[in-house]
Amino acid sequence: MTGYIIRRLGQALIVILGVILFTFILAQLIPGGEAKAVLGPKATPTTIALFNRRNGLDLSIYDQFWHYIEGIFFHFDLGYSYKYNQGVTQVILERLPKTLTLVTASVVLALVIAIPLGILQVVRRNKPIDYAVTSASFFFYAMPDFLVGTLLIIYFSFDLKIFPSSPPTTATAWSVFTDPRAFALPIITLCVTSIASFSRYMRSSMMDAMAEDYIRTARAKGASSNRVLYGHALRNALIPILTLLGLSLPAIVSGALIVENVFNYPGMGLLTVQSAFNDDIPVVLGTTLVITIATVIGSLVADILYAVADPRIRLGNG
Amino acid sequence: MTPPDGFDPVFNDVEAETSLPIGSGEFIRPGSLVDEAVPEGGEAFSSGSNLRRMTRVFSENKLAVVSLGIVIFFVLFCFVGPHVYPTNQTDAQAALQNSTQNAPPGNGNPLGTDENGFNILGRLMFGGQASLIVGLASALVATIFGTLYGAISGFFGGWLDSLLMRIVDILLSVPVLFLLIALVTIYHQSEVLLILVIAFVSWLVPARLIRGETLSLRTREYVQAVRVMGGSRGRIINRHIIPNAVGTIVVFATFQVADSILLLAALGFLGLGVPAPNTDWGTMLSNGVQAAGNGYWWQIYPVGICIVLVVIAFNYVGDALRDSLEVRLQQR
Repeated sequence: MTGYIIRRLGQALIVILGVILFTFILAQLIPGGEAKAVLGPKATPTTIALFNRRNGLDLSIYDQFWHYIEGIFFHFDLGYSYKYNQGVTQVILERLPKTLTLVTASVVLALVIAIPLGILQVVRRNKPIDYAVTSASFFFYAMPDFLVGTLLIIYFSFDLKIFPSSPPTTATAWSVFTDPRAFALPIITLCVTSIASFSRYMRSSMMDAMAEDYIRTARAKGASSNRVLYGHALRNALIPILTLLGLSLPAIVSGALIVENVFNYPGMGLLTVQSAFNDDIPVVLGTTLVITIATVIGSLVADILYAVADPRIRLGNG
Repeated sequence: MTPPDGFDPVFNDVEAETSLPIGSGEFIRPGSLVDEAVPEGGEAFSSGSNLRRMTRVFSENKLAVVSLGIVIFFVLFCFVGPHVYPTNQTDAQAALQNSTQNAPPGNGNPLGTDENGFNILGRLMFGGQASLIVGLASALVATIFGTLYGAISGFFGGWLDSLLMRIVDILLSVPVLFLLIALVTIYHQSEVLLILVIAFVSWLVPARLIRGETLSLRTREYVQAVRVMGGSRGRIINRHIIPNAVGTIVVFATFQVADSILLLAALGFLGLGVPAPNTDWGTMLSNGVQAAGNGYWWQIYPVGICIVLVVIAFNYVGDALRDSLEVRLQQR
């Protein structure tokens, strides 16, 4: 298993380096260069030259890339936001925990709901409840996050006045424990699509497990149907869900961007969109890089858990 | 689905690619749990009877026929509709002067008016044109590019394959909306750029799928035979590998149209969609949502229903296509 984890770490590192190279290339592709984006269209050649000189943009492309990597790894320096007048890292660090809270809470909630739902469908397969859940998951899969969020706001916030339409501006990442009501709607919105896809996968994974030989063996030995279901099938069916979780993370994080904008939740997604409107390219590239690194680490954790859970990898040389 | 020994969930051994049609920044489509259809065989195109059988299997699926009807309806609605029911959708001045803003349905405006006084029924057609064109065009660009990329990667193998697939892995790990917004910020929006930008984030999945398919196709006897006869690599890719992967490609492209429409709707919702004076469904919904507190339901529900219907319809059509191709495989 150690071999597997080392290999997996190496892959994650390659991906992170690749993403850094990619954001660097994107910054190079800004029409007119970064100077023009910061100084505006009226900048004279002299001021542009001065800006380039100060920011090391007159160096060769290799030197620039080296400075970029060095800045990221040794100084956590992602550039400077001229709109916020502070380093991009500081701007992002305020927002990152809030997005992580949102994503973690909704992944946990999605698993807690989707796994029993998938099991229920297998137990009652080809019965009305199975068809109902299947249709619902198709429907919610096609439903855009922002529509779900908007409808939830209209019903639960404007009409019924049960939940606020956005968390208070003073809320920190920890407020999810002290004031869970304020976070309810964003979290529910974000996990709707995940529940739709996880429960479908859980159903099929459980069905596959039920068709295995060891289930027949367990039945033949006289194990009760509950024991077969939860003791044998469920434990095996859960393993692929971990893989799915790792693979779904980028999509869930994308969903968080939308949800943050629907509910005015001050995380990375709202920051990215606001910066896009302000043409604050260093922040947009910075958030993209940081959120990707966070996603890669999340998937890495899911894969390592997968290795721990699956005895074929845990005990093998893998 | 129990993974084989040494199953590596992230990087791409052939096994993982063909049995898990997923590895992406995308959610696992509910229908995609069935393995992807892999039409096989030497002949490049299906004969007439196969086509007839495919049509029969497709038309037995009532949901798919209804979905196809919905797709055709919306295409007619958006492109023929404005000729049958002409409304002013471009002249903001005239709209402000000639009609009430935010008027409820009725009085010559069957679905009311929006915050600029535009007739919403007419605007649904007008915005739908952009949504459908961008959705179809970007899915097409993404599928073509992804197919070529995947076929080249799988066919040549070796270090080129590793390099090309690492690039795909890297881009797939960036959450798609963040990538889209970064691209849209740098290249300011126009309809053509939106098509290219959405295609840029969507070609990765077909590239992987087609690579997996190519890896299995290139060892088939008929490909070996062409090679022995001295057929060029270009000929093998163009005449044998891509035509035989066409089932996977068509099914993917259908799903991708739905996804592209959703991506454009999301961009529109964030205010980064088709620039004014044009519009798209996402932008319309975004404007409606901003006024949600005022109870202008006619600015939210009709356009929301349009998006959901079209997306579900394309998903069901894709599902049925996959089923009909699979039957072709089984009955051979």
